[in-house]
Amino acid sequence: MMKLLVKSSLMVAMLGLAACSQAGLGGSGAGGMNGAGAMGGNFDPASPEYFNQTIGDRVFFAVDQSTLSAEAAATLDQQATWLLNNPSYTAIIEGHADEQGTREYNLALGARRAASAQEYLISRGVAPNRLSTISYGKERPIEICSNEACYSRNRRAVTVIAAGAGV
Amino acid sequence: MKAQLNNLFRGLGLCAALGLVALPVGAQSAGGPLRIEITEGVIEPLPFALPVFIADSPDMADAAQDITRVIAADLRGTGLFREIPAEAHISTITSFDSPVQFADWQAINAQALITGSVGRTSDGQMVVRFRLFDVFSQLPLGDGLQFVATPETWRRMAHRVADQVYSRITGESGYFDTRVAFINEEGPKNARLKRLALMDYDGANVQYLTDSSAIVLAPRFSPDGRSLLYTSYESGTPRIYQMDIASVTHRPLADLPGTMTFAPRYSPDGRRVVFSVERGGNSDIYMLDLISGGQTRLTEAPSIETAPSFSPDGNQVVFESDRSGNQQLYIMPATGGQAQRISRGSGRYGTPVWSPRGDYIAFTKQEAGRFHIGVMRVDGSEERLLTASFLDEGPTWAPNGRVVMFTRETAGTNGAPALYSVDISGRNLQRVATPGMASDPAWSPLLQ
Repeated sequence: MMKLLVKSSLMVAMLGLAACSQAGLGGSGAGGMNGAGAMGGNFDPASPEYFNQTIGDRVFFAVDQSTLSAEAAATLDQQATWLLNNPSYTAIIEGHADEQGTREYNLALGARRAASAQEYLISRGVAPNRLSTISYGKERPIEICSNEACYSRNRRAVTVIAAGAGV
Repeated sequence: MKAQLNNLFRGLGLCAALGLVALPVGAQSAGGPLRIEITEGVIEPLPFALPVFIADSPDMADAAQDITRVIAADLRGTGLFREIPAEAHISTITSFDSPVQFADWQAINAQALITGSVGRTSDGQMVVRFRLFDVFSQLPLGDGLQFVATPETWRRMAHRVADQVYSRITGESGYFDTRVAFINEEGPKNARLKRLALMDYDGANVQYLTDSSAIVLAPRFSPDGRSLLYTSYESGTPRIYQMDIASVTHRPLADLPGTMTFAPRYSPDGRRVVFSVERGGNSDIYMLDLISGGQTRLTEAPSIETAPSFSPDGNQVVFESDRSGNQQLYIMPATGGQAQRISRGSGRYGTPVWSPRGDYIAFTKQEAGRFHIGVMRVDGSEERLLTASFLDEGPTWAPNGRVVMFTRETAGTNGAPALYSVDISGRNLQRVATPGMASDPAWSPLLQ
């Protein structure tokens, strides 16, 4: 995985978008920006930045749930389209939980969320060998307050784009 | 270092009795006044006097002070004993073998008196001797004992003295000569660095077993105390590793299936490991036979099955599952098969751990936005919540099954985890000394 990330960061530099190169490259989504279209459409549509910022690299879940909301499905539809249009990339889908749960249960729950996003992308035509999953449980919150405003941002699946053909 | 420790302690054995005691009354006096029933409500801690151990030579004076201090801290830390301060002592112990002036100790209401000495053999070994007296019956409680080991193991000798005192007075085995594996944490909440660490149960002698390059979680001791199972992200995804403590070397537990493997725990005989395997988002419980290498899948359900823990006889496994809609506790045969739900209260139950005595199951309970550590009987009855806080989780048993240690995390952006311990009665909640933030404690068996 580290290897893929290194490659990915090289790719970003190559595309001359180093200013935003931290986005999505944190390995856990924890260091990245919140995807949801924060910076509008200034990116090359074929770039990981477009994926991260314009489409949105993450979807959110209700407490204890791994089912996809309509909003999450819409984001994943666009992610699938991007992945289909940019076949030189693979993706690692990270599943995360909020801190309101026991450690091992949250690992399992994060895996469920990552798999839920993965299955959806596969159902939209993305080759399974381009997608892998990893659960971080509650180990890598992106928001660190202890209330629902933060928890709702931490219950997430983040699609981390990496360079390279499928495995 | 660790292998050395074991060797050094070989000579320690369980204590060459000195035969110094005039009346080796031993267990007979256990029914007398000097007795604490841990299961009963202890209203008043038992007062003890522990004069500084006699140094057999001037160069042992510091060691004698240190050893006495550790013994006293062990006993006080149980909440079952109260130390009578040295300033209140009337008598002075000037020699390990001189007769005890019981009236002087009765006068200050000491019920137990512990005397001892610290010396050195001609080949440089440290010798710790002690006696325990029941002040009111004016009798020794058990034989005087002697420990011989290298000077650097002085803390272990002190813990062993305290274990003897605890055990003779309570009738339970002690838990002071033990270690705790845990996760040392550093850094901000959204970028925590985690290291596998080991320390004495009282926070001394901290040793780090991994660096912080990969997230590590939830260590568990082997029954012989020599190795740890834990989950690490070092390969990129969470997998189970086995750490040999003496050599500080680790390797993947086995060639296990699945995307993620986690929540490992040894069987009481150390021959099997039960753990969770996640594949395609679904987590189930598997068994690995460490002798044959064979793997058996114990659960097959679309729900989350994790946190398995063996019964002390190795025949059953308690685990958590959300098959009913949220986390609850179940018991199944260690070969798999029909599982019985045992948790019945409201709220969610996770991280069940079978007591080494077999009488209770400790768990984490989550209800109405609060977390609790609790215990229940094996059939789910007599549920008792021992703690309540923003986030308590992951109990681990002291080897005598009377105390649990767990992680307590505070809320908010500066929230931090720490280790706490509490009696299974719910008394004596204490923070455990750690060098910094700490989580996921695992209590070792009594050291050999």
